[in-house]
Amino acid sequence: MPTIIYKDHEGNERPIEAKNGETVMETAIKNSVPGIDADCGGACACATCHVYVDEAFMEKVGQPEDMEQSMLDFAENVQANSRLSCQITVSDDLDGLKVTTPESQH
Amino acid sequence: MDLSNSERIVVIGAGQAGAQAAMSLRQFGYEGAITLVGEETALPYQRPPLSKAYMKGEIGEDRLYFKPAAWYEDNKVETLLSQRVEIIDRSAREVRLQHGGHLPYDAVVIATGSRPRALPVEGANLANVFDLRGISDVEHIQPKLIDGQKLVIIGAGYIGLEAAAVARQLGLEVTVLEMADRVLARVTSPVISEFYQDLHREHGVDIRLGARLGKLKGEGGKVTHAVLADGEEIAADMVLAGIGIIPNVELAQDAGLACKDGIIVDEDARTNDPRIFAAGDCTVRPLAHYARTGRLESVHNAIEQGRLAAAAIMGRDRPNIDCPWFWSDQYDVKLQIAGLSQGHDDVVVRGDRAARKFAAFYLKEGRLIAVDAVNSPPEFIVSKKLIMAGALIAPDRLSDTSISMKEIAAAAA
Repeated sequence: MPTIIYKDHEGNERPIEAKNGETVMETAIKNSVPGIDADCGGACACATCHVYVDEAFMEKVGQPEDMEQSMLDFAENVQANSRLSCQITVSDDLDGLKVTTPESQH
Repeated sequence: MDLSNSERIVVIGAGQAGAQAAMSLRQFGYEGAITLVGEETALPYQRPPLSKAYMKGEIGEDRLYFKPAAWYEDNKVETLLSQRVEIIDRSAREVRLQHGGHLPYDAVVIATGSRPRALPVEGANLANVFDLRGISDVEHIQPKLIDGQKLVIIGAGYIGLEAAAVARQLGLEVTVLEMADRVLARVTSPVISEFYQDLHREHGVDIRLGARLGKLKGEGGKVTHAVLADGEEIAADMVLAGIGIIPNVELAQDAGLACKDGIIVDEDARTNDPRIFAAGDCTVRPLAHYARTGRLESVHNAIEQGRLAAAAIMGRDRPNIDCPWFWSDQYDVKLQIAGLSQGHDDVVVRGDRAARKFAAFYLKEGRLIAVDAVNSPPEFIVSKKLIMAGALIAPDRLSDTSISMKEIAAAAA
């Protein structure tokens, strides 16, 4: 099982064993990672599961699709490595992925 | 009243609102006992996918749950599933269960949700006539979603239309019967209704408007036809009713709490008993951005009120109140709705309907009060902020796609 590392805005890291096929958002919610709200449950409808993807994994994680990109364009504190974690599906390729959660999703 | 040192909080209802109340109580540092009572056999789960990805078989049941079973143990949230509450005895300060047993409480959160309105016609009890509210409903419906089968859906609301989209994509022959002269008549404007009528017809759904159901006819106890009031018979292997919901207020009513088409709560999700809160579909609440009260049937509302109740119990500052928001997925079209459009005096359309990418803005006295955004997240997100700000906006700027939503937001700020 791949490990995803969640880092909060203060720099604390928490590695979590994730299930292939679930999303980075679902893994966070099920393990009570603070900083991700995911109000819509992963429908790409609310932009409250925003994370920053570690530069080393940008290529493996891939580009956001149009819908996600336009949600991100209007999220708070967006950076070049911003993604909605409900749109990143966990796979062996992403073992060791580090994502940082923002201070607030609203 | 300081309830933060409560010994036991009972949450009645294990849906989105009840689960959120329990999760937020722990998140806000509550250390006493939490008992979560739910009628269904399943731990709290998300309902929106039931008429979308889960119904279609794209995601498994395990992905519906908010939290794994271990979370409830680790966080000392006692779950009493398949259990109904008989009564909330306010003078004894205890909740009594139908199967016996009673739970003393310091505070209660009522999150009893709503139930589907039953079809008020002959034949509604025939086999293969379904509602869609819980996992168990989908368990009955899903095996029958077979290529070539005939499905008749009663009611062109969100549930009915989302189910129609799933069934068409699985190859069923789908007829939707709607009494009103347009789909989604209760919740949106004619421009959006027409768009969805066209969308479903292009996908081969037979949408019947102004169609009044007379009765359901069956053979051997199973439904075979939906019969319209004018006598026309439409063949059906299965019927799905989506004609609205009824808030579950009976427990609150029996306990003498103030109700009117919902359990009446204040800005903190508190009822007229300072120890009793209510959250989700079952409540009538102040609508912060609209200077009135109303009932909201939505995920946003369930989460927000669950959180408000927990914050009030713990004596924390009131969390931010969002403007109401909703979404619906049908085929490859995402509808995002912000605000409440009732009472609008102007509708402005922006974007390209043919390209399935447009938005309808609803204004009242020059202020934006709601938006229906079709495949248009920027319009949704910006509108949400403008609605909450009560911003005045020139209609001709909204319809002008050469002015970006970022510019519109900046000009209004």
